[in-house]
Amino acid sequence: MASETIALNLVDRGTRPIGDRLHDWVVTVDHKKLGILYILYALLFLVIGGIEATIIRIQLVVPHNHFVSPQVFNRMFTMHGTTMIFFVFMPMLFGFGTYLIPLMIGARDMAFPRLNAFSFWMTAFGGLLLYFSFIGGNGLYGAGNAPDVGWFAYAPLTSRAFSPGHSTDFWTLGLLVSGFGSIGTAVNFIATILCMRCPGMTLGKMPLLAWLNLVMAGMVILAVSPLTAAQIMLSIDRYLGAHFFDSQAGGSAVLWMHFFWIFGHPEVYILVIPAFAFVSEIIPVFSRKPIFGYPVMVAATVCIGFVSFSVWAHHMFTVGMTSYANSFFTITTMVVGVPTGIKIFNWIGTMWGGKIQFRAPMLFCVGFLFQFLTAGLTGIMLSASPFNWQLSNSYFVVAHFHYVLVGAILFTIFGAFYYWFPKMTGRMYNETFAKWHFWLFLIGFHLTFDFMHIPGMLGMPRRIYTYEPGRGWEIWNLIVTIGVIFQIAGVLVFVFNLLRSLVKGETAGSDPWDAWTLEWSTSSPPPEYNFAKIPVVKSRRPLWDIKHPEDPDWKYE
Amino acid sequence: MKAARHEKEWGRVVGPVAGILILLAAVLLAASLCSAATGPAVPSIFKPESTPADSIYGLSLLVLAVTGIIFVIVFSLLAYVVTKFRRRASDGPEPPQVYGSNQIEIAWTVIPVLIVLVLFMATARVIHAIQDAREPKGAIEVTAIGHQFWWEFRYPTLGIVTANELHVPVSDPSHPTPTFLKLLSADTDHSFWVPRLAGKTDLIPNRVNKMWIDPHETGLYVGQCAQYCGMQHAKMLLRVYVDSPEQFEQWVQEEKKPAQSSDAVNEGRRIFETTACINCHTVSGTVADGRFGPDLTHLMSRDTIASGAAPNTPENLQTWIQEPDAIKPGSLMPAMKLNDHDLNALTAYLETLR
Repeated sequence: MASETIALNLVDRGTRPIGDRLHDWVVTVDHKKLGILYILYALLFLVIGGIEATIIRIQLVVPHNHFVSPQVFNRMFTMHGTTMIFFVFMPMLFGFGTYLIPLMIGARDMAFPRLNAFSFWMTAFGGLLLYFSFIGGNGLYGAGNAPDVGWFAYAPLTSRAFSPGHSTDFWTLGLLVSGFGSIGTAVNFIATILCMRCPGMTLGKMPLLAWLNLVMAGMVILAVSPLTAAQIMLSIDRYLGAHFFDSQAGGSAVLWMHFFWIFGHPEVYILVIPAFAFVSEIIPVFSRKPIFGYPVMVAATVCIGFVSFSVWAHHMFTVGMTSYANSFFTITTMVVGVPTGIKIFNWIGTMWGGKIQFRAPMLFCVGFLFQFLTAGLTGIMLSASPFNWQLSNSYFVVAHFHYVLVGAILFTIFGAFYYWFPKMTGRMYNETFAKWHFWLFLIGFHLTFDFMHIPGMLGMPRRIYTYEPGRGWEIWNLIVTIGVIFQIAGVLVFVFNLLRSLVKGETAGSDPWDAWTLEWSTSSPPPEYNFAKIPVVKSRRPLWDIKHPEDPDWKYE
Repeated sequence: MKAARHEKEWGRVVGPVAGILILLAAVLLAASLCSAATGPAVPSIFKPESTPADSIYGLSLLVLAVTGIIFVIVFSLLAYVVTKFRRRASDGPEPPQVYGSNQIEIAWTVIPVLIVLVLFMATARVIHAIQDAREPKGAIEVTAIGHQFWWEFRYPTLGIVTANELHVPVSDPSHPTPTFLKLLSADTDHSFWVPRLAGKTDLIPNRVNKMWIDPHETGLYVGQCAQYCGMQHAKMLLRVYVDSPEQFEQWVQEEKKPAQSSDAVNEGRRIFETTACINCHTVSGTVADGRFGPDLTHLMSRDTIASGAAPNTPENLQTWIQEPDAIKPGSLMPAMKLNDHDLNALTAYLETLR
């Protein structure tokens, strides 16, 4: 294929001084380097957010524990939630998208390379600004000046009366800055996918990963904008004396909830749709079959994209809406389950009749399928608003959304790491360590999040730094905390494996998985500008057509 | 060759994995059933004692049954697929390439739509039954006001004000005396949640919310604030005492009386009325008429102080006055720093507020 003419660009890569090479990374506009920067940045914050979660779980291991003060606990859960959503999952998924989309659609870079760099650095500085709160103010004492209003920062807790000092401002400005980055990336994804596809790749022949990221990017523009607006309104409230959310002066606390959740619910899908994208690429390759029902998968994604904008108030079933509003948001929320179910069935259909290889990427995707099924069903329970009146704001909800975020999204991210690691680095990871990672993390995940549902049904609300003994919650909290140990062990194996494979891994070659999409047609790691000659495709699986000239896909599509 | 054997071993592991997961699900189910059956102090949503909680319980059983059946079916399907279609050692050519099937797609679209419709209609009935229930004659009316971090309960028709421990009469189905709560907030958002009596409803500043309960059994029902409201959200506990009609009537009569104090505790009363206490607390029949803290007129009728954070004993009362942070760090009660003599006198006075 195209790789032999590219060697020119690799000249003396290893011999230049380290300062020059670092400078290359800082000023780069190459989508691959930016993608890797996004991913490394997200990995760093994954560790930080994990440490915060561990502190939370140690505090809750027994009732009336004194491991941390209530103030530190409140800061920990606020920072944990904010970090994981905005500075782990979004940059991680954007990073994979930035890296993969041009490669998979046969383009040499993103549509706007410099906007791409700008977006990354905005996101990065947003995170740094948020974390500066730890050392601004009181220094590290009592977690410094970190925000303690919860990751959805309900008004009027964020007003100056209840949140003096600058902790809330760090939260507001950190998200505002990174929000600009997210919108920039979304614009870039849309422009790239719509305008930069290689010849022959009509919309109907794009890899599903490109389709799903296109839908995701559209949702980012629609969903992040209200959040940005709300952050600005909150800052005006705090510093210029407006009263949008200031209930002491006639403002509306409920208005903030609407603003936040019209962002916050689509946000869940903004995170899970790229995860679906990974699964839709990995399952076919390791089942040795094309994706089952490609057009339906696209339609279901677009459908989820639309419907997810009409469900936000299911986060507000307890705020006293009318019975009509509660019924409306119940039915819309339940309806989202239909296209989501279709996707699960299509992945099963893809595996059906295949020859499944259980390499690490596939193991994580199979884990995803089981866990996402459960997460979807607890979601249906929560959508029934009367049931929600009991479950909302309890540990049941915490367990439910961690099932989505960890059990579904983080599992697929790990799968994606193993799947594309050979492409990004040119080296294979170690399969044995990867399987240790999978099993340790699987056990830890189930110990923690399966048993976390139970205290919620026994009346334990979320966000409490301690609890009363004798309410039947002790044993479950103990098990939940024990699970964390396994999860930490799994992540340590993962990081060790990445570092070790980077140095010692076997050479991967351009196509270690015998896969079918364009990124595997170029060398590993791909050269600058990806393709010496822009590829021309005739079907959704261009490499299948090349490998099987007697039975090409384009005859059937 | 080595790699192929490696894969075969792992392929063999997948079957047991499915087994483990099924086992885990069974453990989960058994565990939740067991815990639902434990002691009366457990505020489980599966032990309802009031109509709203009971209707939700009924609905939750339906939803659990439907989702449980879906879970078992899809789980089995998945487990079957990952066991049956794993690659064998005799590694042949690529499997048949199948691109999709419209009939199957239609089937697995239509069936979920029907399930959703059924679930929605069952849910809508319960929403209507709970939210749109009319207030019958003879209902008890209570205004609950959320504060950082305690509950104020006012009975406007009975002229009673109390805090943190709500008393309501048991409601006999043949002669219902439900309690209708009007929910307000003095500062941030809070949420009223006593799982065995009803689902939660938020208390939001600048907004009037409503909920109702009609407990079927006398006894103590515990719950707590369920919307993060600041530093001491965890210790904003809630106790609902469901009294027999006679007990309730007696409690009402006691609470209506102004504070009685004897001359023996005059010194403590003087300290109470000349320090900052009266800025925040009310003792009816005296000059103390503050509204920021709980009404203390009948302080001794309550089992707990600090919104359930500590039992109402003389020692705890003294700790609470001198150093509230020892019980509830971040509560808005200031540390009074009295000398021992004044503290003892003040506590003696408070202990007469029955």
